[in-house]
Amino acid sequence: MVNPVKKADRTPVGAHYGWQDWLAQRVTAAIMVLFSVVFIGFFAVHGSVTYAQWKMLFGSNLFRILTLLFLLSVYYHAWIGIRDVLMDYVKPTGIRLALQVGVLLFLVACTIWSFSILWGTY
Amino acid sequence: MSSVPRPAGQATARPKYYDLNLLNLPPPGLVSILHRITGVAMFAFLIPALLMLLQCTLAGEAGFNQWKSYFAMPAVKLIVLGFIWCYMHHLFAGIRYLLLDVQVGIAKEPARASANVVLVAGVVATLLIGVRIW
Repeated sequence: MVNPVKKADRTPVGAHYGWQDWLAQRVTAAIMVLFSVVFIGFFAVHGSVTYAQWKMLFGSNLFRILTLLFLLSVYYHAWIGIRDVLMDYVKPTGIRLALQVGVLLFLVACTIWSFSILWGTY
Repeated sequence: MSSVPRPAGQATARPKYYDLNLLNLPPPGLVSILHRITGVAMFAFLIPALLMLLQCTLAGEAGFNQWKSYFAMPAVKLIVLGFIWCYMHHLFAGIRYLLLDVQVGIAKEPARASANVVLVAGVVATLLIGVRIW
């Protein structure tokens, strides 16, 4: 007797969370491109930047938020990319896990540091 | 590849020929491995360096001027340009991958052409910024 295939049975592998990272990597990339254009544009307009101009740029809450969005995009993007690289080249599970945890801790530390730089140095 | 049938039971360890010379890769392969290398390099060096730089330049005018004098040194400018190339190559290669994702230029010839465009664009953008900061 042939058992009817239930809808849930058709999924051969995986929990389908891979596409979320795939998409996140691309969305964060787009955010970084936009910020890069704004930032390079600022330097293209001003040429050599003075301390006063630099302070004024980062004195604006809007620009601080944009910078934070950029940095958070960098960290998320880097996490996905480095994780992919580790999965490709580091085969022993224990070593790979240790490296991945190290990368994650580093990026979380960078996130905290970013908040402290952007809102703490004033 | 030769496909001479092997006698049954003779399982030999076949030799592997990895061509590790990057210059022998076709352009899309070169773009790909450079995308990886630049990504890892920026993760390891650029992220902490940029945070350090942001912190020092925003903390006070002395720090700002100190870093400005560092950036006036030719050796530092070369290192900065190296990372600007990393960023630009990674950026242009990424835009190419976004286009490939939406099925633009996935045939062999356009994919090779766009890979060459990425390789050239990264260098040209770096040179343009180099002229500006030198």
